[in-house]
Amino acid sequence: MDALTAHLSVLGHGLVTTVQLTVVTTIGAMLLGIVVATLRISPVPLLRTIGTLYVEVLQNLPLLALLVLFVFALPQIGIQFPLFTSAAIVIAAYQGAYLAEAIRAGINTVGKGQAEAARAIGLTFSQSLRYVILPQGLRAVIQPIGNICIALLMNTSLAAAVGVVELTQAANNVNLVEAQPILIFTGAGLAYMLLALIIGQFTGLLERRLAIVR
Amino acid sequence: MAPTTAPDLVGRAWSPQPDRPMVTVHGLHKRFGPLHVLKDVDLTVAAGEVVVVVGPSGSGKSTLCRCLNRLEVASAGRIEIDGEPLPAEGRQLARLRADVGMVFQSFNLFGHRTILDNITLGPVKVRRIGRAEARKQAMALLDRVGIADKADRYPAQLSGGQQQRAAIARALAMRPKVLLFDEPTSALDPEMVNEVLDVMVSLAAEGMTMIVVTHEMGFARRAADRVVFMDDGRIVETAPPDEFFAAPRTERARDFLSKILQH
Ligand SMILES: Nc1ncnc2c1ncn2[C@@H]1O[C@H](COP(=O)(O)OP(=O)(O)OP(=O)(O)O)[C@@H](O)[C@H]1O
Ligand SMILES: [Mg+2]
Repeated sequence: MDALTAHLSVLGHGLVTTVQLTVVTTIGAMLLGIVVATLRISPVPLLRTIGTLYVEVLQNLPLLALLVLFVFALPQIGIQFPLFTSAAIVIAAYQGAYLAEAIRAGINTVGKGQAEAARAIGLTFSQSLRYVILPQGLRAVIQPIGNICIALLMNTSLAAAVGVVELTQAANNVNLVEAQPILIFTGAGLAYMLLALIIGQFTGLLERRLAIVR
Repeated sequence: MAPTTAPDLVGRAWSPQPDRPMVTVHGLHKRFGPLHVLKDVDLTVAAGEVVVVVGPSGSGKSTLCRCLNRLEVASAGRIEIDGEPLPAEGRQLARLRADVGMVFQSFNLFGHRTILDNITLGPVKVRRIGRAEARKQAMALLDRVGIADKADRYPAQLSGGQQQRAAIARALAMRPKVLLFDEPTSALDPEMVNEVLDVMVSLAAEGMTMIVVTHEMGFARRAADRVVFMDDGRIVETAPPDEFFAAPRTERARDFLSKILQH
């Protein structure tokens, strides 16, 4: 136990970084997911193609490869971000593709009549989405979105590979000093579990709060 | 329903001019791929006129309605609403759609919004009316269609007849120039049909321009100025309701009437 308590500040720092990375990335991925899902149902063929390409490319590459590429290849052409920012951008872009698919599934649960009624009272395409389609479509997929957010939380640990000292990297660093991997990584694992539980609880709460009266 | 005592549900700023065409359809064709659904349809509806459209299933009645507010895009032909041709896509089309109300068979109320919020959405977001004013007008409309006490309910908590009356109020809140009804009572239990028809009759009496797809002969007799009979994508016969039901001129209309009057 001393191995953990002696390094509480390092581990705590890592935990905070993980939480920060998760929150920032979730917000980014959600916004991106909504935009890409919207592209995929747009009446304009070119926009639909762009949306599809985005999802196909990002879902079919390993996140780790994307991270490494972004962090090590971009500086070659003169583009460089702080490590945390780089990790957040790449993870948001990657999870955004998954969220886009979940959101699109939600949109598909909204009856065609809803969109027609929205257009019939004179709402534009984007107003229909914003006031009629998305509020109902998102409600239908709160649970899958929550699951993707949990996956996102776990994936933040890959940021360690490009030098972000989040929880996993912090645990690794502590382990280099203490050499007690079972204890240290079990502790880190429990912290991840706790965070995942919180996301799960929050999702459940949202789902109950926002349920559409049927 | 006595139109003289009714408050101005229609809310139009102009006085009725019976001769002014509100809807003009000329040479309208609609194809779904190889399927030719509307074939050279001509129709003029004057301001304040009520036209009932009847015809067998698949004859193109819904498609005609949907072409009028461009939920379907015509393959050929000209459509004008109050003298203005239907714009293509975009903001202008949205603006024109706001002037053409539509009431659907399946109500299509927005499930996540209360009845009141269903009705104020268009006025607030499209007409840019203040929220308080929009709520006031919405309450007056709900009162008029007899469901003011349901304002804070969600659509699923209302009966079919109440939902359809709310849908009519939603369409009216936009102060449309024309109202389209596509079989507004077909999805209703029989005991709820009249509560919806009564609202429609009073609208007609107040001078609303209406195009109504329905097989409710009672409504046609009470409220319609003209009955338009469609068959196989064409308008086959046009006549005042009494004339049409008593003595249809075409064989196809006679055949159709004998079928629907049997049950
Ligand atoms: N989106 C569509 N795609 C392909 N065919 C369609 C579409 N909408 C309608 N049709 C076809 O067009 C024809 C006319 O349909 P429409 O719905 O206008 O008929 P209707 O007169 O309203 O019939 P009903 O009384 O059954 O409602 C039908 O053969 C129908 O199958
Ligand atoms: Mg129909």
